[in-house]
Amino acid sequence: MSHPANTASPGAADALAALEAHRSYLVRYAMLQLRDPVKAEDAVQETLLAALENQARFAGKSQVRTWLTGILKHKIVDQLRAQSRETAISGLVAEGDGEDDDVAVFDALFNGRDHWGDDRPSDWGDPERTLENKRFWETFEMCSKLMSAQVARVFMMREVLGLSTEEICKDLSITPTNCWVMLYRARMSLRMCLEKRWFGEGSKGK
Amino acid sequence: MLSCKEVTHLVSESLDRKLSISERFRMQLHFRICAYCRNFRRQMTFLRQACRRLAEGKAPFDSDQG
Ligand SMILES: [Zn+2]
Repeated sequence: MSHPANTASPGAADALAALEAHRSYLVRYAMLQLRDPVKAEDAVQETLLAALENQARFAGKSQVRTWLTGILKHKIVDQLRAQSRETAISGLVAEGDGEDDDVAVFDALFNGRDHWGDDRPSDWGDPERTLENKRFWETFEMCSKLMSAQVARVFMMREVLGLSTEEICKDLSITPTNCWVMLYRARMSLRMCLEKRWFGEGSKGK
Repeated sequence: MLSCKEVTHLVSESLDRKLSISERFRMQLHFRICAYCRNFRRQMTFLRQACRRLAEGKAPFDSDQG
């Protein structure tokens, strides 16, 4: 602690309190991707610690949360990579595990000529307005839990952590085609759930 | 002419890889005549936007004020 105590920078307790204010957000973010409360808590704890150690760098930042989320993202990528090393490669794309169910559900969306059947994609309106709605995010969290763990992991690595398909293939030892198929399933499942639970008939004008 | 089902695959893949010129052309032809697939495409863009919002720490989860 070579820190002089007389500077204008906030004390460690204040700094910690300021960081703690973001904890619940970070935990929800981590839960979406790790699906395990203990692992999510661990990742957030490490993030807050790392932030505290780099206090000097965050002092001037106006977007503290964005910065914290960036640190957390790296912790989550580490976690997911460690997990994928533990998981048998064969298990990841094994037949079954909801795959057939998924395909059946998606096939039912289309008619005999593979055109949209009765459940056609609707106009979701102004994205901005939806994304600012807290209740929408509750639905989003709920819907993302409906994907199988493997599919969700690939989807989150791609969309939230921003990894390229190449990186994901390498991390999880799967082929690009496998990767695209899993991303397709994730998106189809998420849009179907949101269409039904949020954008569907009777829920317009939220 | 591509089917709607084929278009959904291409729209999804367009978010992960560069489509060939032929794929893009056939997809555009389909969009001209199919409003549902146009909606589908916008929905996929929306999902990406939502995830980006999340990644930036800007999703309005409760308990946060500002
Ligand atoms: Zn169509």
